Amino acid sequence: MSEEAALSATPDIPEPALAEGTAAQVVLASADAPADPQMAAGEDAFQQCSGCHEIGQGAEHGIGPHLNGLFGRVAGSHGDFRYSEAFQRAKSGALTWDAKMLDAFLKDPRSLTSGTRMSFRGIKDASERATLIGYLRAFSDDPADIPEAAPTKQASDHNLDPAILALKGDPEYGEYLSGECTTCHQASGGDTGIPSIVLWPEEDFVIAMHAYKNKTRTHPVMQMVAGRLGDEEIAALAAYFGQLE
Amino acid sequence: MTLNRRGFIGSAAAVAGALAAPMVMAQGKPRVVVVGGGAGGATAARYIAKDSKGEVDVTLIEPTRSYYTCFFSNLYIGGFKDMNDLGHTYGGLAANGVNVVHDWAVGVDRDAKTVGLAGGGSVAYDKLVLSPGIDFVDGSVEGWDLSAQNAMPHAYKAGSQSELLRAQLESMPQGGTYAMVAPPNPYRCPPGPYERVSMVAHYLKVNNPTAKILVADPKPKFSKQALFEEGWNNHYSGMIDWIGDDFGGGNVSVDPGAMTVSIDGEVTKVDVCNVIPGMKAGRIAELAGVTDGNWAPVNAADMSTKADADIYVLGDASQQGDMPKSGFSANSQAKVCANAVRGALTGSKVFPAKFSNTCWSLIETNDGVKVGATYEATEEKIAKVDGFISQTGESADVRKATYEESEGWYTGITSDMFG
Repeated sequence: MSEEAALSATPDIPEPALAEGTAAQVVLASADAPADPQMAAGEDAFQQCSGCHEIGQGAEHGIGPHLNGLFGRVAGSHGDFRYSEAFQRAKSGALTWDAKMLDAFLKDPRSLTSGTRMSFRGIKDASERATLIGYLRAFSDDPADIPEAAPTKQASDHNLDPAILALKGDPEYGEYLSGECTTCHQASGGDTGIPSIVLWPEEDFVIAMHAYKNKTRTHPVMQMVAGRLGDEEIAALAAYFGQLE
Repeated sequence: MTLNRRGFIGSAAAVAGALAAPMVMAQGKPRVVVVGGGAGGATAARYIAKDSKGEVDVTLIEPTRSYYTCFFSNLYIGGFKDMNDLGHTYGGLAANGVNVVHDWAVGVDRDAKTVGLAGGGSVAYDKLVLSPGIDFVDGSVEGWDLSAQNAMPHAYKAGSQSELLRAQLESMPQGGTYAMVAPPNPYRCPPGPYERVSMVAHYLKVNNPTAKILVADPKPKFSKQALFEEGWNNHYSGMIDWIGDDFGGGNVSVDPGAMTVSIDGEVTKVDVCNVIPGMKAGRIAELAGVTDGNWAPVNAADMSTKADADIYVLGDASQQGDMPKSGFSANSQAKVCANAVRGALTGSKVFPAKFSNTCWSLIETNDGVKVGATYEATEEKIAKVDGFISQTGESADVRKATYEESEGWYTGITSDMFG
């Protein structure tokens, strides 16, 4: 999917999909009208997902896969759902959904899995994400194992020092450093076999590279390459690739 | 001329400096000549031309009009790629402002700073980048020389040799024997011979399942050995007999007329014999006088030769330290060199050297593995910093993703080389 589509996409809910996707909500709303205020808030938050995803009893795959049993599952692992290449990669990297991963993903889906078809800008408000994650968790096995208060105690989706994010990269230095990237990643933005890294928002690029550096992201080549890049160098690369053509 | 100039420098450095600057101006733009249009040379030519934005005159000397990459040529032998998939032309470089000359470089006059061409004439340079790849060491395998390369192909320079080997493989009688004489260290593409064994086995498994593969190897161990042996066991059980140095694999001679291989005194009649001899730097490096033994020693910071500060050697031909001889390495070295050469000629900013390499190998359909490392420049060599290798027992999904990644890399690096 194009970066542009993702950038401009708002969580508009296509009407027909909404109509189809309401089975789960009906179950919830009618059977156990949420006595728990946290669940009620979660259900509200889930409205922006329900255009594409179903959850609860009888949930099926729609535009996106159903979200029952999400916690502890390897990303992209429903055998009967056709995933984007991004999620096939996530699966082969054994990315597992837990509260931390979901929080990073929901904040900016493309930052964690570049190239996902999920046309969703992300949820910037940390407490809203926590509410939604708590709600999703209720539909996974044995949610009681997770301390009830956890969703509201989420850290932000990255532990990056704000000073690192604030670094202004030198695009000329980035251009030189980019030689190490363009042996595999095409400068034209082509993405066959290896994802595109051009025209990312600089912050997403920096977060992703630091996620490789600290080995949150799993790809061994990228862990190795990012592992020896300093903060200034990552900022320089983000600045260079962010403004290519 | 050299003597006169030395005289100047010795007596009055300031005068020599004043003399040098107008020389360059009188001749117009600074001139870079690159010999060899592969992963090292094409990349260096493209980056110097592209980044100098017309400030540097770049000439690439490459004899072939269609260049066939050695990387992925094993996949052609296995039937996974067409020869056309491996062919590239130089129109993209010409469009980037590189003056492409299709000729052989046959000599370097270091005093006059010119490169002689087989077609006659010469090209002048201020900086010369040699990226000639490999040639074979005479007498490396007893009984084999270049005149035997039709009977016993090396297929270690891609193109007609790869096609010949594939044709011989197709003509093997049922239950026949394919022999390989593997090369001694150091050589181009360390996992290459073993990926080739895998690709040959893939072909035979489908078309000639009772055939055997016999490998005589002068080395006691080889690159990605555990991964290859696991794969051979899983996919081609009983087909491949690898004889390492411990069992006489280095005591080899061949008879191209009789089509026999002698391994530690035991003579075997074979149907195909793929001889990959010992290697050395492409001949132009030797002719330029920048080699020491088989290879050209270089400074890690910029790939300039120890012998001549105005001549750089990239890729397989260089002796640089820890990097394997690979297309990826040559491409990586070329970008460091391009930055340094441009800086020396135009005063543009020179950034510290950083190198990296990854080698992917295909063992069987969708069973890809990889090994890679990062490197830095130290005083004495290019030194390894960090590395990784695929693990034995990885899932089919991981191996498939690795193979798909290698295809993405092929597209990436060839775009990076040829524009």
